[in-house]
Amino acid sequence: MIEILVSIFMLSGASLGLLAAIGIIRLPDLLTRMHASTKSGALGTSLIMVGVMLAFLEPVVTFRAFAIIMFIMITSPVAAHVIARAGYFVGVSLWDGTVKDMLKESYDADSHYLRSGFEGMEDNGESDDMDKSEDSAR
Amino acid sequence: MINPFVINLVYLLLSLSILLSFIRLAKGPSLPDRVVALELIATMVVAIIGVHAIDTGVASFLDIAIVLALTAFLAAIGFARFLERGGPRDD
Repeated sequence: MIEILVSIFMLSGASLGLLAAIGIIRLPDLLTRMHASTKSGALGTSLIMVGVMLAFLEPVVTFRAFAIIMFIMITSPVAAHVIARAGYFVGVSLWDGTVKDMLKESYDADSHYLRSGFEGMEDNGESDDMDKSEDSAR
Repeated sequence: MINPFVINLVYLLLSLSILLSFIRLAKGPSLPDRVVALELIATMVVAIIGVHAIDTGVASFLDIAIVLALTAFLAAIGFARFLERGGPRDD
């Protein structure tokens, strides 16, 4: 019985991994490729580690597999965020069908200053505030 | 014991995913695309190590999986820092 459960977990994890690979080769853009690979790959590996837990059924192995799952679940979004940020700074071109790039309107690529869109609301001294925040951002 | 057909099928699916992401690694238009492909390859190798631990019954392979996941994360962070600190703008 437990073998069937382990087989189901392994097959679903491997299918999610294959889905991530198909997404990474078929999608048109850096961000969409990352969207496919990060979430689906992390979930596939986590399902296979759940299969490892069920296959061994020892506390030591369960703890190790749980540590791997937690590590992947923590590091995968962080790595995706950092790579996407670096890719946007480098200037990777977005897909032709991109509807809206909200960061492009309010972000200054030279000074790395991100406007919030509410700068005109304050009455006075806004230019000084902008200069200070630019300096602190550097 | 697990059915050997299931084990071989899982190995086949994971190898196919590594092959597809290697194609993206070889032809990816920019360097961040290649970094994403490398990260997916590392994740799939961690999954293969898990399947191999189930297959052989040796639980010590999971330590190698932990170390490999850590190394892949550090490699991704290092590539991102390299790109942000003025690496080649496009390749």
